[in-house]
Amino acid sequence: MCNCQDTLIPQIGVVTDVCRETADVKTYRVEKPGGGKLFEHLPGQCALLSVPGMGEAIFSITSSPTNKNYLEFSIKRCGSITTYLDDELEVGQEIAVRGPYGNHFPVEDKLRGKDVLFIAGGIGLAPMRSVINYMLDKRDQFGSIDIVYGARSREDFVRYQELTEIWPKQPKTKVHLTIDKPQEGWTGNVGFVPAFLKALQFTPDKTVLLCGPPIMIKLCLAALIEMGFKKNQVYTTLELKMKCGIGKCGRCNIGKKYVCKDGPVFTCDELDEMPDEY
Amino acid sequence: MFKIAKAKWPELWQALAREGQLYLPALVDGKTDFAPWQKDTKVDLLTAVTAKSLKQLFFAQVEPLMHFQTSGKKVAVTPQELPAQPTIAFGVRACDLAGFTILDKVFLKEPVDTFYRARRENCTLIGLACGFPEETCFCQTFNIDAASPAGDIQTWLVWDNLYWESRTGKGQQLTAKLAALLTEATAEDAKLVQAQQTKIRETLSKLPLGRLRFSPELAKHEQEVFNSKVWEKLSATCLSCCGCTYVCPTCHCYDVRDYAGKDGAVERFRCWDSCMNGDFTKMAHGNPRKGQLERFRQRYMHKLVYFPEDYEGTFACVGCGRCLRICPVNLNIVKVAKELEVDLHV
Amino acid sequence: MQKIAALMRQKAQELLSSGQVQQVAAWRKGQLAYDNAPAVFTSPEACADLVYDEFCPANLSKYLLAATKKKLKTAVFLKPCDTYGVNQLLKDNRVQREYVYAIGTPCQGMLDIKKIRAHGLKGITRITVSEGVVQVETVYGTQNLPQRDVLLDKCLQCKGNAYMIADTEIGEKLATPEPRGDAFAAVKRIEALPPEERFKFWQQELSKCIRCNACRDICPACSCEQCIFDNPAAPVAGKAFADPVEENMFHLIRAYHVAGRCVGCGECARVCPQGVKLGLLNLKFMKDINTFYGPYQAGSDATTPAPQVTFTQGDVEPSAAGQKGRS
Repeated sequence: MCNCQDTLIPQIGVVTDVCRETADVKTYRVEKPGGGKLFEHLPGQCALLSVPGMGEAIFSITSSPTNKNYLEFSIKRCGSITTYLDDELEVGQEIAVRGPYGNHFPVEDKLRGKDVLFIAGGIGLAPMRSVINYMLDKRDQFGSIDIVYGARSREDFVRYQELTEIWPKQPKTKVHLTIDKPQEGWTGNVGFVPAFLKALQFTPDKTVLLCGPPIMIKLCLAALIEMGFKKNQVYTTLELKMKCGIGKCGRCNIGKKYVCKDGPVFTCDELDEMPDEY
Repeated sequence: MFKIAKAKWPELWQALAREGQLYLPALVDGKTDFAPWQKDTKVDLLTAVTAKSLKQLFFAQVEPLMHFQTSGKKVAVTPQELPAQPTIAFGVRACDLAGFTILDKVFLKEPVDTFYRARRENCTLIGLACGFPEETCFCQTFNIDAASPAGDIQTWLVWDNLYWESRTGKGQQLTAKLAALLTEATAEDAKLVQAQQTKIRETLSKLPLGRLRFSPELAKHEQEVFNSKVWEKLSATCLSCCGCTYVCPTCHCYDVRDYAGKDGAVERFRCWDSCMNGDFTKMAHGNPRKGQLERFRQRYMHKLVYFPEDYEGTFACVGCGRCLRICPVNLNIVKVAKELEVDLHV
Repeated sequence: MQKIAALMRQKAQELLSSGQVQQVAAWRKGQLAYDNAPAVFTSPEACADLVYDEFCPANLSKYLLAATKKKLKTAVFLKPCDTYGVNQLLKDNRVQREYVYAIGTPCQGMLDIKKIRAHGLKGITRITVSEGVVQVETVYGTQNLPQRDVLLDKCLQCKGNAYMIADTEIGEKLATPEPRGDAFAAVKRIEALPPEERFKFWQQELSKCIRCNACRDICPACSCEQCIFDNPAAPVAGKAFADPVEENMFHLIRAYHVAGRCVGCGECARVCPQGVKLGLLNLKFMKDINTFYGPYQAGSDATTPAPQVTFTQGDVEPSAAGQKGRS
């Protein structure tokens, strides 16, 4: 009998950097206690983080696999665990991490050579950022990159510096930002993402990666269809409550698909075939 | 085939208990359930359906997974040691044995659940044919033969003799250790066993659910079944308790929780959970299964549709009938399947 | 009982077709001799499946919570004991009277399939009741049992055939089972035990619990929108025990919470798959309330406040429970 460790047993990682992104989002950098990455992953995959005594929760890995030194997680204060992380997690704190779990955006095949349109809202940038940085690090493998990102206000953009100072300077890469309501000093677009999307008049030859609150996903998808995109061109990533991360504990299913193992990345036509329960 | 007379059973239990922790159906407080054998255990081999299934032997209702020790900013994790003790389960019915093959599909699939696997591999299962099936039994619906239970060893209780036959290498090894107690069965004995088998199959067909069949068409119409109007009708009176899930031999949902002890010690344990619980899918920002209908539907969709879709038509039900016996409001999988079949014309 | 069932079907059909109610809570025939299920009927045609016999133990009053939430006028068939539950839900302001059409339904005691099985009966195909005799047909033979021997425990504490609330009644009232002696006899027995033995008794009893929550979910006094035990943030929220204290806490907190509101319908004990003597905890509270505040029966009407929510100068001091608890 194999005595290898059970998948449910996490590794110990140490927080080496905490970056305050917005009023309720922080990005945590996690490494092995002796330095180095805990595990390799592909863009879109998730990991379960836990604070012993508080329990585990699943988060998408926001750093790119091309980063060889650490994993990063951008986490919004929302429930009990995330509140604890926001309040308590500081540099030097050890936490338990296991993963990577789930499928990933098809950066190694289907997305190769494609013009890619990223659409993100709020904390929905977290999984997108992993793909964006992966593509930028392997710039010649992909076509043009457009990033449409909406937030409630200027202060609610996650990774603002990267968005404004790093990404737009990359070849064939454009960043389009929008905020919900007018704000003093803001010269960019004002309005919700779906409308902004239509105004930007993208041609439907791009492959779309979409992530944000459920309502935004729904409305953006409708806008994209109107613009001539097909559902199988649009990838999104889902989040449901998870405990095991390996398709056994039985709570993250949508129909016969388990989001933790068959997802979290689905094309929108795949979602159409699943029962409406997410 | 071997046999052993009733007078020698206490010796048999004792001999089995020497080979490992022995579990068998025992009468406690007027209820028959699997229990660890002790000298004064009231063994009950006549009751076909124990109150709970035996799944807890491999998939415990609560089990520690790991221990954390936190101190300042430091965290250390020590995985729970895998159980190594050999166990023997005697008197396991065909339905419960079939239940294990369903749990196997989930827990032994990669990535393997090592806790389940360790317990499963450490256990020798001794099946017992159902001399007296009950009106809630419908294992034949899934082609499970109550007259010939799977397991490492199968046994039949005919009058005051227990007939014994190994089916696997593990079974043979255990049987060999019991040579002093078992006597070779005669051709006459074999006829008695055969006669009982015929009788069992006959009885099962005469029971109220004897002709019950679940339609394989259900799994081919996921969306139609999901959107069926019967869910509203049936779920209206479900109490959302999780009695059915906890007695079911195939329900396997679990929760992982932390228990914070003293001085930074934390125990992370796994416990049974149920899709009937309101917080099962509840997240900080909402719950995709908002009410009773959604939760009720999930349980039966899983058994009748999703599981068969995933595992070549296998229903996640073995017809043990425990949900028929436990439900405070008499809802159960048979009623659900029948209503769905009528609604979908399959 | 067949006559009553026919009258019930007729009544349900009338109420639904006249639009007087939008739904009817009753029982639907099952597939076995004893597995009638509570059901909600929404059309006169569906009422063909409506049944009533000695296997309709469930108290339907709890379904009025959903009816109130959905604002659906609901006719509900209530056995005399079930009417207490409705009153309590009304008193707790969890069910609104305008959505309730209460139909008093005669009962002569419900049968306990577990007690029937305990006679060694398996493979049951048919059960008929006539003149105090229960005839059980099985694939292995037929047996007659005295009806009183197989009545549900809750029916042996029957409160009589009077309806505490009824907009109408079905048929004639029937003679309900004679109650079995002193309702508090078992409580007194336990009170008489030395503290260590009493503690051991409850530990043993409560450790049987598998936390299925059926007792809570059927209880007409457990009507919180969200139960503290379903709140992951509560330290007692386990679905299973982290330590043996936890399931004890569940039952104790529940018993305290329903004290003065528990109508003594006995449903908690009936639905417990593990046979935990749950009613006993509630009976202890009832006995103490009677002792300290004078006789009180929750659910006998929808208005009288429970003794614990009123204050009179004559009220006992809280310490009385400690001093007199064993009396």
